[in-house]
Amino acid sequence: MNVKHYDAIVLGAGAAGLTAGIYLARANLKTLIINEGSIGGQMVLTHAVANYPGVLEASGRDISLIMKKQAKEFGCDIESNVEITKLDLNSNKKMIEIDDDEVFTSDVVILATGGKPRKLGAKNEDKFKGFGISYCATCDGDFYTDKDVIVVGGGNSALEEAVSLTKWVRSITIVHQFDNFQATDHAIEQAKKNDKISFILESEITEYLGEQQVEGVKIQNQKTGEFSELKTDGVFVYVGYIPNTDNFKDIIDLSERQEILTDANMQTNIKGVFSAGDVRIKKIRQITTAVSDGTIAALNAIEYLQN
Amino acid sequence: MLGTNLEHIKSVEEFNEVIESNENVMICCGRMGPMCLPVYDVMENLEEKYENVKFYDMEFDAPHAHVLRNHESASGFMGLPFTFYFKNGKAVKATTSIQNKKQIKTIIEEHLV
Ligand SMILES: Cc1cc2nc3c(=O)[nH]c(=O)nc-3n(C[C@H](O)[C@H](O)[C@H](O)COP(=O)(O)OP(=O)(O)OC[C@H]3O[C@@H](n4cnc5c(N)ncnc54)[C@H](O)[C@@H]3O)c2cc1C
Repeated sequence: MNVKHYDAIVLGAGAAGLTAGIYLARANLKTLIINEGSIGGQMVLTHAVANYPGVLEASGRDISLIMKKQAKEFGCDIESNVEITKLDLNSNKKMIEIDDDEVFTSDVVILATGGKPRKLGAKNEDKFKGFGISYCATCDGDFYTDKDVIVVGGGNSALEEAVSLTKWVRSITIVHQFDNFQATDHAIEQAKKNDKISFILESEITEYLGEQQVEGVKIQNQKTGEFSELKTDGVFVYVGYIPNTDNFKDIIDLSERQEILTDANMQTNIKGVFSAGDVRIKKIRQITTAVSDGTIAALNAIEYLQN
Repeated sequence: MLGTNLEHIKSVEEFNEVIESNENVMICCGRMGPMCLPVYDVMENLEEKYENVKFYDMEFDAPHAHVLRNHESASGFMGLPFTFYFKNGKAVKATTSIQNKKQIKTIIEEHLV
């Protein structure tokens, strides 16, 4: 098998990984970014980013494309839409195999694999994806014009997306597992004052019902344990994000929530392995904080390589 | 028109021509949203790997897109993008909502090449 050596390999081409790539390549290190999904990561999910300083307002995709261009122009190689099939981070020389057919080695690795939407885990979730289950109100909202839908979740995304869905749908029921919301006062107020929105709290969806399409859901009350059924035309799921740490959960020290533990220099428990962005343990997950982590991880990786 | 690097199908005539004159065709009909962009990205990536498959996109809201929006293989679809796989002019598979590279490769290998 063909083996190619780099000074540094970054896993993940979201805001954190691309930033790390820019800094590493600009320091003349031979750098490769390996990305499992599309370049830009979660940034691509945002239609309009208005809080990234220096950019008045742009789509997350446009910001991603500029970051990618910057990384490439400094000489960074990028492999995207690939699958990591083997990984050895413990040795001095790190090894990563992709798609079962290409092997890369490096002296340092930066883990910037971000997060992915948490699935609800209710029965029939995969079967009905696109047939009544959606994860994107702006994408699919118009298919539900004048219909009755459920939004699952109690964070800012769930409440804001519910309000945005009201321009198409007839009614929305927000189903949330707790009796309070994990959202800003403003988001809660906007949802509560909207006539089309009602709430079922302390309840979880356990099953999607229907033949070809979602026709209803089974809901369990968390307090009483009782089950009930609710008819619906569709369900929009916003139950948060989980860190992408499956590939290295046995090697890298993780928090209880499966986030990578690092020190302030983004150093993990393994020498030569750093981490940056949403995958890392932290409270605030934004593009700005991902970019900041990516910078710190890359500059410390450069220092590590020099010593 | 969609801002991708794929070839765009811009009329019903072009659609008919594309599926009839090519043995294997994959068309993604969508918008520039978060569920569609990753699919275009995968298609751009696969163009090199599968030289005997033609990859196209079509703008979901364009008038001519009714050929795919209302295609019989897309009945019940309620998630963007709608993605179609044609062999010798016939739709052999269609999917609704986002798909990853592995899922798309599996369909291409099973139905097209
Ligand atoms: C809907 C939504 C709206 C948001 N809006 C804003 C906003 O307006 N402003 C703001 O500042 N922030 C916003 N955020 C948060 C912000 O997008 C994230 O904090 C930031 O993009 C995280 O960047 P990241 O690089 O750490 O991770 P990610 O963006 O998650 O990127 C990680 C990348 O790694 C890839 N990957 C995963 N596993 C592996 C693996 N094993 N190997 C290799 N690659 C892998 C993924 O495919 C992905 O491309 C929003 C988030 C969401 C979900």
